[in-house]
Amino acid sequence: MAHEMSLEEVKKHIRVYLLVFGALAVLTVVTVAVSYVHIPFYPALIVALIIASVKAGLVAAYFMHLVGEKQVIMWVLISAGVFLLALFVLFISSYADQEQLALVTHAVNLSHVA
Amino acid sequence: MSLQIPYEVTPRLDTGVNNAKLGIWLFLASEIMLFGGLFAAYVFLRMGADAWPGLEIYGTGEMATRADQILNVPLATLNTMILIASSMTMVMAWASLKMDNFSRYKLYMGITILLALGFLVVKAIEYGDKFDHHLYPATNNFLGVYFVLTGLHAIHVTGGIIVNAWFWGPGTKMWTQGTARDKAHFANRIEIAGLYWHFVDLVWIFLFPTIYLI
Repeated sequence: MAHEMSLEEVKKHIRVYLLVFGALAVLTVVTVAVSYVHIPFYPALIVALIIASVKAGLVAAYFMHLVGEKQVIMWVLISAGVFLLALFVLFISSYADQEQLALVTHAVNLSHVA
Repeated sequence: MSLQIPYEVTPRLDTGVNNAKLGIWLFLASEIMLFGGLFAAYVFLRMGADAWPGLEIYGTGEMATRADQILNVPLATLNTMILIASSMTMVMAWASLKMDNFSRYKLYMGITILLALGFLVVKAIEYGDKFDHHLYPATNNFLGVYFVLTGLHAIHVTGGIIVNAWFWGPGTKMWTQGTARDKAHFANRIEIAGLYWHFVDLVWIFLFPTIYLI
């Protein structure tokens, strides 16, 4: 924690740690159970990512004490998050680009035929 | 000691945190990019794949349309439980130090290390099963992604075990033979080691559903 905790505060925290562990275990069971239902790919992906994000959020917020953490740590994480997002967008958009290219090539080929 | 590292326990005035904490978070930010790069590669390969996982289900002649036909979901679920339990015992180890209860700390840290070893044992069983079926990292893109991501994660688990074992064994001198300041320093080290350990748990939280379940 950013500040020194009193004994009482630590004891309160321990209760939270146990609750978080319980929530993580339940969410793990839920995510596995959902996977056995075999719903279509995109809804399944979205559900899995939402559950994983909630679990990750719980770990970060309580086990890693991000709740009440100093701003400088938040900025380190936000900047990493921005770069991570950029990385994903670059990769995914390269496919969007390829599809367009394929369409253009196809159109050019058609015009040649015509 | 002739050289004193500044702000190892007390917060710096400008950042509001001690240098150890800022340091570990900067390292974890770089870890986000390391795993993020590999996750991006996974997305890229999967988007471009005609079939995923693109492997024959063991000896059936039928092609798998889902990763769970190749990978062992029950074992991976067990490993997820093991890892979140170890995250909990890790934070309890730190809380025990904060309550000045050293024997409780030893217990929780010991359990954390044993759980981590258990995780690696389960992982080894999974890998062994794949190898028995002649499924290797070079077999296809799905297995390449699976082995690289879970393998890098397993290396991180191993690193965590080494650090935690040090703080369970020889590293405890700082607490048992140290001054009040040394004790504060030791508790701080456990918090830092914990941040790393929780991050390893956090990576698995994303790895498990995206590789095994989707």
